[in-house]
Amino acid sequence: MVNLTVDGKNISVSEGTMLLEAIRGAGISIPTLCAHEAVSRSGACRLCVVEIKKGTRTRIVTSCLYAAEEGLIVDTKSERVLNVRRLVMELLLARCPESDVLKKLAQELGVEPQARFVADTDKGKCILCRSCVRVCEEVVGVSAIGLFARGSHKTVGTAYNEKSDVCIGCGACVYVCPTGHIEMISTGDKRKIWGRTFKMQPCDKCGKYFAPVDQLKFISKKTGVPLSELTVCTECR
Amino acid sequence: MKKISNAQALRQVQEDLKKNFDPNKKMVTICAGTGCRGYGCIKVKEELEAEIKKQNIDVEVRATGCFGFCEKGPLVVIHPEKIFYQQVKTKDAADIISKTVAQGEVIEKLLYRDPVTSATVMKEEDVPFYKKQKRLVFGSNGIIDPTQIESYMAIGGYSALAKALSEMSPEGIIDEVKKAALRGRGGGGFLAASKWEGSRKAHGSPKYVIANGDEGDPGAYMDRSLMEGNPHSVVEGMIIGAYAVGASEGYIYVRNEYPLAVVHLTMAIQSAREAGLLGKNILGTDFSFDIHINKGGGAFVCGESSALFASIEGRAGEPRAKYVHAVEKGLWDKPTVLNNVETWANVPLIINNGADWYASIGTEKSKGTKIFSLVGKINNTGLVEVPMGMKLREIIYDIGGGIPKGRKFKAVQTGGPSGGCIPESLLDLPVDFDKLYEVGSMMGSGGMIVMDDRSCMVDVAKYFLAFLQEESCGKCVPCREGVRRMREILEDICAGKGTEGDIDLLEKIATGVADGSLCALGGSAPNPVLSTLRYFREEYDAHIKDHRCPAGVCKALITYSIDPEKCTGCTLCVKVCPVQATSGEKKKPHTIDNNKCTRCGACIESCKFEAINVK
Repeated sequence: MVNLTVDGKNISVSEGTMLLEAIRGAGISIPTLCAHEAVSRSGACRLCVVEIKKGTRTRIVTSCLYAAEEGLIVDTKSERVLNVRRLVMELLLARCPESDVLKKLAQELGVEPQARFVADTDKGKCILCRSCVRVCEEVVGVSAIGLFARGSHKTVGTAYNEKSDVCIGCGACVYVCPTGHIEMISTGDKRKIWGRTFKMQPCDKCGKYFAPVDQLKFISKKTGVPLSELTVCTECR
Repeated sequence: MKKISNAQALRQVQEDLKKNFDPNKKMVTICAGTGCRGYGCIKVKEELEAEIKKQNIDVEVRATGCFGFCEKGPLVVIHPEKIFYQQVKTKDAADIISKTVAQGEVIEKLLYRDPVTSATVMKEEDVPFYKKQKRLVFGSNGIIDPTQIESYMAIGGYSALAKALSEMSPEGIIDEVKKAALRGRGGGGFLAASKWEGSRKAHGSPKYVIANGDEGDPGAYMDRSLMEGNPHSVVEGMIIGAYAVGASEGYIYVRNEYPLAVVHLTMAIQSAREAGLLGKNILGTDFSFDIHINKGGGAFVCGESSALFASIEGRAGEPRAKYVHAVEKGLWDKPTVLNNVETWANVPLIINNGADWYASIGTEKSKGTKIFSLVGKINNTGLVEVPMGMKLREIIYDIGGGIPKGRKFKAVQTGGPSGGCIPESLLDLPVDFDKLYEVGSMMGSGGMIVMDDRSCMVDVAKYFLAFLQEESCGKCVPCREGVRRMREILEDICAGKGTEGDIDLLEKIATGVADGSLCALGGSAPNPVLSTLRYFREEYDAHIKDHRCPAGVCKALITYSIDPEKCTGCTLCVKVCPVQATSGEKKKPHTIDNNKCTRCGACIESCKFEAINVK
């Protein structure tokens, strides 16, 4: 076990626990946008930053990536921390002014949009947290989407924005997206995502369209289970 | 070259080579660094060789690396007298061979001429540009042929490696480098020995050593010139470092925009392998190590350690949080020592001459020398190597020759885009890692951009932020979005659209970006804004409150006019104006039509009478 202090509170957590979990475990809330349980952590959003003190040295670290250490003194609401969080929220609000998730989070954190920033109109609700890219690579294993360009030109998408041959239309990216940026439209026997239209499989029992055929084929190939055994939806199984 | 079996054999090879490379031998060296190649030095070299043939004289013309005095290239030195010729043209070749080489006669017009006294200087070491320098790392550039390992060995090259392998333990080497207090020349100034020690103690195999040659600061080219001009010094330093930390593999990460450096490094590695200095059982010992070259695609962020590792691993060059140090988990999560090219090139010096000697040079906490690239509004553009602790004033005025056209010094930007601007009041600052940091700048890789009174500091901050916005990897929010927003505000200020609260807001964003960014690029990205605000706040105020650009740079805030008292009606401004905004009769005062004028500055540059006012 590792003993540390968070906002004056002594806590102890098992070794290897990230500060984020340690802090939340102690009942202290920390905002995050990019730390999704399904994917590895990137530290991209910077909302979870905390100030740590080790000996005489204090510094700002990303709590989702920093493992708890013995004797560490953590401040989750220092002025420096709050300043970073406020800035990150202001920057994200200006990038994605239409996002309700961001507006709600900003309200919770007491952050108003920065009037001096001219709001973007071309970024949608994407904050480039890269959870979608990671889930596609790490969980689904197809890497149909990725990050392109750098700096303020960075975008998420399929290669060259063309229809992806490897996308299975599973919608895992939609599921992990914190702001609801990724559009997936399922109507009857069709699902549209990332510019491609997928044919949906009806459930043998209830008739409901429950998954793209490409996804079932992918699962069949990966697990060795014949496709014919995958045509019943989870509810009827 | 045949494989050298042990340290003793290397000494013999060096001795034999020394005879061929007699320092008192007549020889012509010509700088063939990238800068002088731009001036056409290769043609000069060919012409010199043709003349030698024609005049039937037995003398070697050696193309070397960069001499440093790039302002005056192509540069030629006649040995052994070390007669220094500058701005040499192909048509000078015949005289150089027939007069100077054959008869020892000095050609006056090719000598360096002091701009103040007009006196000529004959010898390289007496030229003011070189006089105050201490060229320990960079000095051999001007004498060796970087494509020949023999040339490096003849001046004692690889002695340090032989000494390290035959007389020193890995721990002993680390102790020596620790005693020398060698600090990283790439930016952070971290103690090299601490990295080495950490990596030596770390578990994991294989271990790696890497040379960071991803030099990306605008105007900085000292690493390029070292890789081009003395590649073996970098290779030798790396082999010693690898032996000290127990590494078996090394990489030199060099940007592909440095084609000559890539060629020379490739040749150096190949010939070191042939000589048994790289590969299995180096110099007959149990130690094996090899180096690969990794060509970078030119992203500034790849100079950051974790982004550099990602790039070598074949992934996008994006940094990651470094809460576990690279010495434990670096390249492919293995213990890795990453040092800058110049840092590696310092290692053989320390091993050859000892830590005490090395530590006697420099200041209390910054030892040795540092190579700076002195560029911008400076008379003597070039690469200068000086002991740590030399005053900025000495570098800029004594070595750099001051500001061109008698203009006034305004600021010097050190440390690259993430460094800071240092004002005139701090010209007596002794330059070392800590002193630069104290005044809000940093050493960085050693770029020094000098600015005169015609540089607008808000515009300068805007330029560097635009650079950083382009070069940010875009992974984390504060750097990607924050740097961009700061740039937008600076653009507004320069366009006369600044508002009252802008300075406070800039400071607030700057603090948040510095604190909140994932890597050092974002962490230091606000420096250009913070340092110009610190020293030139009144210039920001003038833009915002008075809608005035005191330096006369920001086009939206200035108008040009011609002083009828000073104008002689020479018509030059009419000839150079691209939009026909200047007009007037010959020998009568001219005028500028401000509706047409684009404030390009061409008329100001052309006017010999300082008749054009900017307000």
